[in-house]
Amino acid sequence: MITRRNLLLGAAAALPGCTLADGLTRDSAMRAFLQGAEHLTMAAQRLVMGDALAPEFTASDIRQGQHPNGSTNVSSAEYTALQAQGFAGYRLQVGGLVERSLSIPYRDLMALPARTQITRHDCVEGWSCIAKWTGVPLALILDQARPLLKARYVVFHCFDAIEKGLSGEVLYHESIDMVDARHPQTILAYGMNDRALPMENGAPLRLRVERQLGYKMAKFVRRVELVDTFAGLGAGRGSYWADRGYEWYAGI
Amino acid sequence: MGKGPLIYRQKLATRITHWLWAICLFFLLFSGLQIFNAHPALYLGAESGFDYDNAILVSQGVPGALTMPSGASLATGRVIHFFFAWVLVGTLAVWLVASILNGHIRALVPTGADLRALPRDIADHLRLRLHHSRDYNVLQKLAYAGVLFVILPGIVATGLTMSPGFNAAAPWLLDVFGGRQTARSLHFGLMLLLVAFFVVHMAMILLAGPLNEIRSILTGWYRVDGGHDDHTA
Repeated sequence: MITRRNLLLGAAAALPGCTLADGLTRDSAMRAFLQGAEHLTMAAQRLVMGDALAPEFTASDIRQGQHPNGSTNVSSAEYTALQAQGFAGYRLQVGGLVERSLSIPYRDLMALPARTQITRHDCVEGWSCIAKWTGVPLALILDQARPLLKARYVVFHCFDAIEKGLSGEVLYHESIDMVDARHPQTILAYGMNDRALPMENGAPLRLRVERQLGYKMAKFVRRVELVDTFAGLGAGRGSYWADRGYEWYAGI
Repeated sequence: MGKGPLIYRQKLATRITHWLWAICLFFLLFSGLQIFNAHPALYLGAESGFDYDNAILVSQGVPGALTMPSGASLATGRVIHFFFAWVLVGTLAVWLVASILNGHIRALVPTGADLRALPRDIADHLRLRLHHSRDYNVLQKLAYAGVLFVILPGIVATGLTMSPGFNAAAPWLLDVFGGRQTARSLHFGLMLLLVAFFVVHMAMILLAGPLNEIRSILTGWYRVDGGHDDHTA
């Protein structure tokens, strides 16, 4: 039925703001060109920030729990069994392009020198939340594993699957380069707000990369792998969300 | 008011940067509303209150007719937004350098005589007695200077203040704007001011004679009023 309201809605739908860019939601040369700005952003940010720290806050700034989103639980049998024992049987695997592969028991991870930082977590959706994170600096673990010179990225393989596709579960994964991996605030957190990291926030281990957005901070970390290419990893863009059109470099 | 001569009023750099801004702001507005829709609420302070209330706006988001792309696609909205954010910043830089070199920047600064003429200029605008002279009138100067020296730099700065990477480089921006979430709210507010400017800008073009106005921003040539060439000088 043609009504005044439908006519107005139809006219609105014909606005360029609505449809002009709809083709960009699929991969295309134009989208790749526009997304090239990501490289400019990364180069410019690295230039101006050097190894500066992300702002840190004080205990009085923690006014609420860490808002959980993304996957907030893991249902695999392996994870459930580990969780039932308080992750006593969990071991962080470190491998790939390293001189020495590691398998670090949960208890030993917590015995390593720890860093605690109160930081603001910024979700790509737009919201922010301040929390206190305690964990082991990734640089310490890399020092033990001794990455080969050709290693360029640290990949985090996770227990959680946001999607169940036809070919099975799509496991979450993320990656950062060696600059962020060796940054002093980059930690594998096992504690949050002075307590053990809760399941909805990524127990037993959650990456913190404080100068990037929340989706880079992989939860439920199972295995760390050093690589020189993203080939063979998901769709090849180095990150679950990068495979879905988001920036690999999420500093903005 | 008789017709005066055609004068060369808008230099090439002014015209090119004007249209680049128009394109940038078009894409930035609609892609920005796409990004807003991913979490259509605004807050004051560093963080977003989930267990307490620091929201100043909670909404259902804007309709798809106002977002780019039209369906929900935060990733695509961000790709569009950050590309045109770079073009906007580059255009501002080119405009600033060119306008300093060619003297255009002085055309935006109100003089003492301008400010004394302000009440008369407001009265003239209210009566829709719009003058066409070589120089901008004082309301034009204030509007254009406000956009170029306050709103656009402000929207870039508040945008950068939302960047966790840039926060590490320039944490003082968080103090200037009162935290990341306040900066996000200001970014939204400055967008509304730009939209308001656009509406008034279009209305003034229609009222002042659209052919003459559009010719001047396309070719540079503008027909001034006969009799007196410049009532503000």
